[in-house]
Amino acid sequence: MISVNYFLVLSAILFSIGVFGVLTRKNAIVVFMCVELMLNAVNLTFIALSRHLGNMDGQIFVFFVMAVAAAEAAVGLALMITFFRNRETLDIDDANTLKW
Amino acid sequence: MYDYLWLIPFFPLVGSIINGLFGKKIKNEAVIGGFATAMIGLSFVVSASCFFSLLNDPVKVHEQVLGSWMSVGHLQVEWGFLLDPLSALMIMVVTGVGTLIHLYSIGYMHGEEGFYRFFSYLNLFCFCMLMLVLGNNALVMFIGWEGVGLCSYLLIGYYFHKKSAGDAAKKAFVVNRVGDFGFLVGLGILFWTLGSHGVWTVKFTEIAANAHLLGAGSTVVTIVTLCFFLGATGKSAQIPLYTWLPDAMEGPTPVSALIHAATMVTAGVYMIGRMNILFAMSPTTMLIVAMVGAATAIFAASIGFAQNDIKRVLAYSTVSQLGFMFLAMGVGAFTAGIFHLMTHAFFKACLFLGSGSVIHGMHHGLHHAHSHDDPQDMRNMGGLSKKMKITYWTFLISTIAIAGIPPLAGFFSKDEILWWSFASTRGHWLLWLTATAAAMMTAFYMFRLVSMTFWGECRANPKAKDHIPESPWTITLPLIILAGLAALGGFVGVPALLGGSNHLATFLNPVFGHAQETFNLSAHGSHATEYGLMFFSVVVASIGIGIALYMYNKNPDLPGKFVARFPGLHRAVFNKWYVDEIYDALFVNPTKKLGTFLWKGFDVKLVDGVVNGVAATVEACARGMRYTQSGLIASYAMTMVIGVFVIIAYYVFK
Amino acid sequence: MEILFFLFVAFVAVGSGIFVVTCKNPVNSAIALVNTFFCLATCYVLLDAPFMAAIQLIVYAGAIMVLIIFVIMLLNIGTVDVVKSSHAVAGGALMAVLIGIQALYMLNRGEVANLDGPMTESALREFGHTELLARSLFTEFLLPFEVTSILLLVAIVGAVVLAKREV
Repeated sequence: MISVNYFLVLSAILFSIGVFGVLTRKNAIVVFMCVELMLNAVNLTFIALSRHLGNMDGQIFVFFVMAVAAAEAAVGLALMITFFRNRETLDIDDANTLKW
Repeated sequence: MYDYLWLIPFFPLVGSIINGLFGKKIKNEAVIGGFATAMIGLSFVVSASCFFSLLNDPVKVHEQVLGSWMSVGHLQVEWGFLLDPLSALMIMVVTGVGTLIHLYSIGYMHGEEGFYRFFSYLNLFCFCMLMLVLGNNALVMFIGWEGVGLCSYLLIGYYFHKKSAGDAAKKAFVVNRVGDFGFLVGLGILFWTLGSHGVWTVKFTEIAANAHLLGAGSTVVTIVTLCFFLGATGKSAQIPLYTWLPDAMEGPTPVSALIHAATMVTAGVYMIGRMNILFAMSPTTMLIVAMVGAATAIFAASIGFAQNDIKRVLAYSTVSQLGFMFLAMGVGAFTAGIFHLMTHAFFKACLFLGSGSVIHGMHHGLHHAHSHDDPQDMRNMGGLSKKMKITYWTFLISTIAIAGIPPLAGFFSKDEILWWSFASTRGHWLLWLTATAAAMMTAFYMFRLVSMTFWGECRANPKAKDHIPESPWTITLPLIILAGLAALGGFVGVPALLGGSNHLATFLNPVFGHAQETFNLSAHGSHATEYGLMFFSVVVASIGIGIALYMYNKNPDLPGKFVARFPGLHRAVFNKWYVDEIYDALFVNPTKKLGTFLWKGFDVKLVDGVVNGVAATVEACARGMRYTQSGLIASYAMTMVIGVFVIIAYYVFK
Repeated sequence: MEILFFLFVAFVAVGSGIFVVTCKNPVNSAIALVNTFFCLATCYVLLDAPFMAAIQLIVYAGAIMVLIIFVIMLLNIGTVDVVKSSHAVAGGALMAVLIGIQALYMLNRGEVANLDGPMTESALREFGHTELLARSLFTEFLLPFEVTSILLLVAIVGAVVLAKREV
């Protein structure tokens, strides 16, 4: 039986990588993928702790997170298509209308 | 019968509301005027039945409480009415004269724009005045007190498109406010001092019953009564607050007759009568009241000498006659004061309505001649006795009455005041002398008025001359009734000396008797003195009349020569002794300057500065903060991550 | 043995994750991400959660990633993506490291008692992971489950409305 700490360390590392990606990449799709990475890191934490504690609720959460991620993917990608159609680009720095 | 007391103010209120709300739609003048007159007429019928019930009733004080108004701590105020001989007499005068003047107005106001508005205000005024005289406590009285001020304001400003009318209305309102302030302060002091003796009340009966707790002649009574007297000077146009009344003549003539001669201006006299026990307790205040009254009487009469506007002469005459009433109150002759109030209501209403009739005729004539002469200026009149016979005779009767020639009403009431001011325990021969001089001046300027208006040659525009008609019956009927009252009204108070039994004094005794006995307010003197004074006052009045006839009838050039001889004096009198100018310099302009300073210095610089400063600070902060809105998603994400880090750090490291 | 296998899987997951954020071509990023998802699914198996592993592959690797790649292809995005200026990268790295350290610090401090829930070794052996999950999902969490279905419906409608060419 592998200690739960191993999984949690892996989760933390993956989450940090996702944060780095979100903060540094310009392409909206890559940023989106990084967000997915962060979500997966959190899922791993949930499942590891669920197993550790013998409690089912964490896995139920993961189930819902996946459902939300699917919905987010559908809507988010539709937004990107619309954005690209208008701007001919996916650079998030071009989405800057909302400023002073 | 006394259960229907509440109907007396109720009818005019209904009339006012209905005319005010629906008058514009009704349009028909006969309906509007008839309805308003019917309402006050019904009120008069109820008043009369109450009055005659009271005459034969051994119990003279009746109260009717409709319900509680407010109950705050010690202050319990009810919607209550008080019927005693004093208020019974007052409601008779108010509703009686009021009905006649309503009837008169139907004819006088014919064709005026806002006809319904006029009758709505007039009914509202009657309601307020009846609340004033019927209220069983000082606060209900105060409602009426403020209400009549409001109606006075509305009616003076009836021709609101004229600037002078608007100004006059404002002046009346503001000057009245000064007096109202005195009334309220006096009431507050009275309430708290009586309360400190364990009696928390504003009811007149309870105030009268417990007044002795304050102690006769104590400082607090003097202060309270002086405050009340300040209120009375405002409402009743006494020195120093009389200046609004002559200006109030900007209103329609029936208004001048009803409000500014017969009823509202007597509210101060009535109030002193209502509080007679308090005033009797303070000899200082009584003396001040008497002196102010006498001074007003002679001062206003002197201004009446040189005015050319027919209504202004009557206005100063009113101020002067009110001075007589206050003189009576001040020397303890409460009955005489109320007596004069009543007779004055009759003859002064008749005079004003008569002048209105004259103005109506002049206006008609001048309109026919397309002349823009002032229909109120007596220099354009003269010789009207042949053209307006009814108006002339009624006017003449009232003039003789006000001049104090027996046996008309004014003689009895004025003579009683003169007798009391001479022989009363609180009287003084100087007061008597002043009042007698004022009486002579009254006779003089009233006959000057009659001469200039009705006698001699007509000085009007020649084209207008032949088109000055007598007024319609709605105008002349009230004149005839009022002239009759002015002629015969005095017989209710014929003194014992002349074989009468002074019914009025007996009737009013339940109200005033207690105070007069307790504080020894009575007039004593030999019959010879009384006869002598009476004879003297008649002689003096006759001299006044004689001079007037001599100057204005026999030698019309004489007044002009007189003016040429004493131009300064004439100018001073003509300009009302410059009192308005002095008040402007002393009070109005400094107040305006203070207001301007508070506006430009305090409000604009300080208050606005603070407000604008706050806004400017917020704006500056916002200008700095908006640079955080870079529009770059990455920077928003960065901010979010930092926020997450900080929040988690708080939980981890706390 | 098990631990070595886990370390290998973890190493591959982290390496793929780094690829995701560094690749210039989004397609490469996507492939790397799929790889990471596979690794995570393996981890779920190691954690006695085979059902979660299965839907991880079906939903993430199967549906979401296919959708993403579809969009990349559809919009024909090449390697135009350039990483931001160096100080932005430095700031991002700093924050990422800080967040990671914070998480690890929490891990170090965390004191979690070994609670005994319904998911015991014996229960797993007797009923299997899927049945345990289903029991919980269709009894205790039935309402959120149904609400999720509405969420998905709304997402479908939203996606259609947004992506339609003419409204």
